Amino acid sequence: MAEVAEETPAAVSKESAAGTPAVKTVELRKRFGRTVALAGLTMTVPRGEVFGFLGPNGAGKTTAVKLLLGLLTPTSGEGWLLGRRIGDLGARRRIGYLPELFRYQSWLTASEVLALHCELAPLARSSWKDEIRSVLETVGLTERAGDKVGTFSKGMQQRLGLGAALLGEPDLVFLDEPTSALDPVGRHDVRAIIRGLASRGTAVFLNSHLLSEVEQVCDRVAVVDHGRVIAEGTMDQLLGGTAVRVRATGLAQADKNKLLSFGRIDDEGDQLTFASLDPERVPELVGEIVAMGGRVYEVAPRHQTLEDRFLQLLEDEEK
Amino acid sequence: MTLPPFLVIARLTIQEASRRRLLLALLILTLLVVGFSAWGFNKITTLTRGDGTPLPPDQVALLTSQLLIVVTFMYSGVLALSAAVVAGPLISSEVESGLLLSMLARPVRRSEVVIGKWLGLAALVAIYAAFAGTAELAAVDWATGYLPPHPVELIAFVAAEGLILLSVGLLLSTRLSGITAGVIALVAWLMAWIAGVVGDIGTGLQNQALENVGVVSHLVLPSDGLWRGAIYAMEPDTLITAMKALGTAGRANPFAATEPPPAEFLVWVVAWFGIVLTLSILSFRTREI
Repeated sequence: MAEVAEETPAAVSKESAAGTPAVKTVELRKRFGRTVALAGLTMTVPRGEVFGFLGPNGAGKTTAVKLLLGLLTPTSGEGWLLGRRIGDLGARRRIGYLPELFRYQSWLTASEVLALHCELAPLARSSWKDEIRSVLETVGLTERAGDKVGTFSKGMQQRLGLGAALLGEPDLVFLDEPTSALDPVGRHDVRAIIRGLASRGTAVFLNSHLLSEVEQVCDRVAVVDHGRVIAEGTMDQLLGGTAVRVRATGLAQADKNKLLSFGRIDDEGDQLTFASLDPERVPELVGEIVAMGGRVYEVAPRHQTLEDRFLQLLEDEEK
Repeated sequence: MTLPPFLVIARLTIQEASRRRLLLALLILTLLVVGFSAWGFNKITTLTRGDGTPLPPDQVALLTSQLLIVVTFMYSGVLALSAAVVAGPLISSEVESGLLLSMLARPVRRSEVVIGKWLGLAALVAIYAAFAGTAELAAVDWATGYLPPHPVELIAFVAAEGLILLSVGLLLSTRLSGITAGVIALVAWLMAWIAGVVGDIGTGLQNQALENVGVVSHLVLPSDGLWRGAIYAMEPDTLITAMKALGTAGRANPFAATEPPPAEFLVWVVAWFGIVLTLSILSFRTREI
């Protein structure tokens, strides 16, 4: 663990203004024994961007965040947060973090937990009261400010963790599966909070396997699988194609296999979704199904969703 | 003005013990023990010999000093046990639960976490030793009129023994689960005590090999050596003179000491704390969270 001498907050903010990216990594690798958790991560997240880090469970998303925060030591490679090398204490002054495994002192009240984080951040004592009040309001815990965390539901604890990550208007916020314990209302609130962060110029690094969440708030997305980034780009770049949903009966499995020449199929019985198909080929596809003896009830071309693209990417990766 | 992180963490450790009612439980239990032992010590003063005459004061003092050593052994045991059980999960449980994740993502060094937790718990151990020791000695003084010759040293030695167990528990806690760390620390404490007894037997029999077992154990885990210091602080001069007259055989007793701990040993204890704390920091620094 690299631990360097502390520097004054003034020095940090001076550097923050220097226009370095929020996150930059070069071939960051992490191995646990013989398991490769992260196999050479190279990426850049500009300041102020909402960046979605997307991948199935066990893809290496949490490992990446922990490496960036200095909680794990990389096996090789380099990384910088707000222009400072990872592991540098100074960089962590301007960062908020909601861990995937969120847990706060059950014997403290919500306000006391936030005060503790103000103290460790460290924020000027005179600003604590306003910071805590504003953060509690943002995450909807004002009413429970004086209650012990031990009496909170999982969802409320996650809200509290999100609140702690927002203290002191950080330049970069890491949210690791921030809605895992939240109900639909809570998820909606979190999306609003992320948009709020983006509007005031805070970069957000959002780890998630919830595609709709990422699709709705992120400027840019990287898809990670087996510890490697398999696709990266803006939502438009990533979701360039068209998906076509066909409702047809009378198709045997062998027929469906023949239809693979039209690209990857998400097969849900009578519902077949062609994840990426040029709209020009739709008449050809329908002709083929009819020729096989299939009866077509509905053909609906639509923009590819992140889910279509995500499944396609993971499948391509398997091949 | 914000506190440095290690003091924030020390305060948090004390706050946790207090909010979880550990301090209250210890306070009530200690007052109960002090009450019972005061009653028991008082009984010594009413003992009579076979012919119905009361015991002379020097015999009352001797009996009281011996009983006080046994009672203190219980206190030191409770303190060592509590320190080991509380220190064992101090870091590991917070790593496992994820409690440390959000705190270590702040500009906080790992060393500050270790030192803060050590300081917080050390303050509790010292305060408890001072409180329980003062209460017990005051009760004994009230009941029998006997006060051990070196009460301050006695409390200091008992507290130091607790700190040893706290440090071992904390070191193990940087790598092992709470239960494992606590159990290992406890077993080590008992083994050190037994090794001390073996060393005594070696002294009694003038067997160098057995004597060395005691010496080595006092260096590796100084808890028993400190316990001997506590015993010495409780013994009246008459007893020490009598034991010295017995020669080496007088030393072969785990509840007796004829000499105070040598200055070199006390210096080693200070160095031992430094070494174990440094090892704890190094171990936690490379721990992957």
